[in-house]
Amino acid sequence: MSETGPMSEMILCVNDLQVEFPVRDGIITAVRGVDLMVAPGEIIGLVGESGSGKSVFAKALMRILPEPGRICGGSVTFRGENIATMSGENLRALRGDRIAMIFQDPMATLNPVMRIDAQMIEAIRAHHRVSKSKARARCLEALQKVGIPSPEERLRAYPHQLSGGMRQRVAIATALLNKPDLILADEATTALDVTIQAQILYEARKLCEETNTALVWVSHDLAVVSGIADRIAVMYAGRIVEDGPTADVISNPKHPYTRGLIQSVPEECDHGKALHQIPGLMPTPANLPKGCAFAPRCEHADNICLLQDPLVSFDGRQSYRCHNPLNAAQVQEMSS
Amino acid sequence: MSEDVLLSVKNLSKTFSKPLGLGDKFANLMGAGRKPETVRAVDDLSFDLRPGEALGLVGESGCGKSTVARLIMGLLSQTSGQIEYRNTPTSQMSAHDLLKIQMVFQDPYSSLNPRMRIGDQIREAINVHNIVPKAERDAYMASIFEQCGIDDSLTKRYPHQFSGGQRQRFGIARALAMQPDLVICDEPVAALDVSIQAQIINLFMDLRKQKNLAYLFISHDLSVVRHLCDRVAVMYLGRIVEQGPVDQVLDNPRHPYTQALKASSPKISTGKRNFEPIRGEIPSPLDPPSGCHFHPRCPKANEQCLREMPKPQRLSETMSISCHLAT
Repeated sequence: MSETGPMSEMILCVNDLQVEFPVRDGIITAVRGVDLMVAPGEIIGLVGESGSGKSVFAKALMRILPEPGRICGGSVTFRGENIATMSGENLRALRGDRIAMIFQDPMATLNPVMRIDAQMIEAIRAHHRVSKSKARARCLEALQKVGIPSPEERLRAYPHQLSGGMRQRVAIATALLNKPDLILADEATTALDVTIQAQILYEARKLCEETNTALVWVSHDLAVVSGIADRIAVMYAGRIVEDGPTADVISNPKHPYTRGLIQSVPEECDHGKALHQIPGLMPTPANLPKGCAFAPRCEHADNICLLQDPLVSFDGRQSYRCHNPLNAAQVQEMSS
Repeated sequence: MSEDVLLSVKNLSKTFSKPLGLGDKFANLMGAGRKPETVRAVDDLSFDLRPGEALGLVGESGCGKSTVARLIMGLLSQTSGQIEYRNTPTSQMSAHDLLKIQMVFQDPYSSLNPRMRIGDQIREAINVHNIVPKAERDAYMASIFEQCGIDDSLTKRYPHQFSGGQRQRFGIARALAMQPDLVICDEPVAALDVSIQAQIINLFMDLRKQKNLAYLFISHDLSVVRHLCDRVAVMYLGRIVEQGPVDQVLDNPRHPYTQALKASSPKISTGKRNFEPIRGEIPSPLDPPSGCHFHPRCPKANEQCLREMPKPQRLSETMSISCHLAT
């Protein structure tokens, strides 16, 4: 979407990606043409509310869509190769090695009947010819990096013997094992307490900076994302509606939905005042309105918005899909 | 006790214990003297709530905040301590008087009957408890729905036909229909999306203004509590570590745990936030640390914190804190 550099420098380049789910009553399009570029070492925060298609999008990048979902258009170019059309064999070589994923529930990621060391060693040896003892040493190092106390002991533990925060650290350590180029994190800290979440965010960011790993952090929480990401992409009803550098998106949102999200979060200064609320609900993919999907909830919507789907505009800093982007005065009004 | 206290909780404690297994019972017969494992979920808790006041109870998972809600509702019985509502212990109150305390749960889907029309569920409570005379019931229902922002035409539907935010409105409507003075809200907005969360928070604030409701608002989200409540109590491993007016406690926290909680809470920022998060995790309540429960994670802990449990000290009329190092 945003042209921050030549295509060849991008580690991941998603072009007009579409994902659909054929169901009994027809076809549900969950992702409706998403463009996203990720540079090496860049941290991207992908925000959206439930039902916006953000998880489906993240899964489509790895081609791990749940049945009957399928990619029905567009391309996902990762280091020059199109993941959307890649053979199963090449995909297997990629997953867990060049691209790693961290999920919301680490208990579902880790094998409950395997010790931590066994599954971590397996993750290395599936991709590289390394001796078990060398692989084990690398696991130990990875656990230390993510801040796990007494890692030697933890390696011999089973997942159920660890706390939720520890399990998520193990999942992150496993993701980092093969020094991937890209990590996808889908609501990775949503189930954790705030103090543990802060620790994980801190470690994840530090590790990505150290190893120059790109990170796509998918979350419903704009506050979490704004504290970690270089760039923020906001998803609504299967599309990215705004994409730009964090500072620009937060302090100068172009799309009314982004502004609505920012205003919905209670701030210190306005104790007891009514919060700004976005009226209504997000449309389900089965019955999208004609024109802009946000128009029925938007206070700036006019006739064009109701009739015509907005295309992507780019103003030099951020790109957005809106017929009536907010101007500086309207953003000012938001902070007052 | 002064007249103007609605709910008074004094030295409330609740311990849960796991019954001994067969093996342990045998071992005890042989004289092993094994004791059942116990958890002090709530440990010597005291607070007051005045009519129309909103008290926030914050803490991380496992700190006992939901147990407090259940104790006040009488869903659990306390191990020791008193819970008094308008100077009467709740255990001695009649079922009818207890209606004045209502609860709103986190997950409205599991607290609504999936096989009953939404309007009927709310009407049933009004009928059973005879809240208003028969002739006025329809009008009363309509007024409750209007206050909660529910369209009248929706009441014939079933819970699964609604979104989470709307279901939470029904949960609130059902509590309000009982004309309560105190509503205990256990994480009522935790499961909702931010834009929907704002709608429900606004509803809570409007209802409070209209009806002079008192809230005990349980949440892990400091910004929500900061917005909605007058006072806040911060819990850690079953104990209140700091309580006072929201602006004092959450803007200038004195207890190291409150400080850590505030620093860890995500906030919208225009750039990467730089801070060192506190280390460690909440210890197991089965085996809590000696002295101050927070000392293993506290950056300032000293010898005294290790040995002695800090007593709550009053810093002012409204502020109290349990920390040896508070000044």
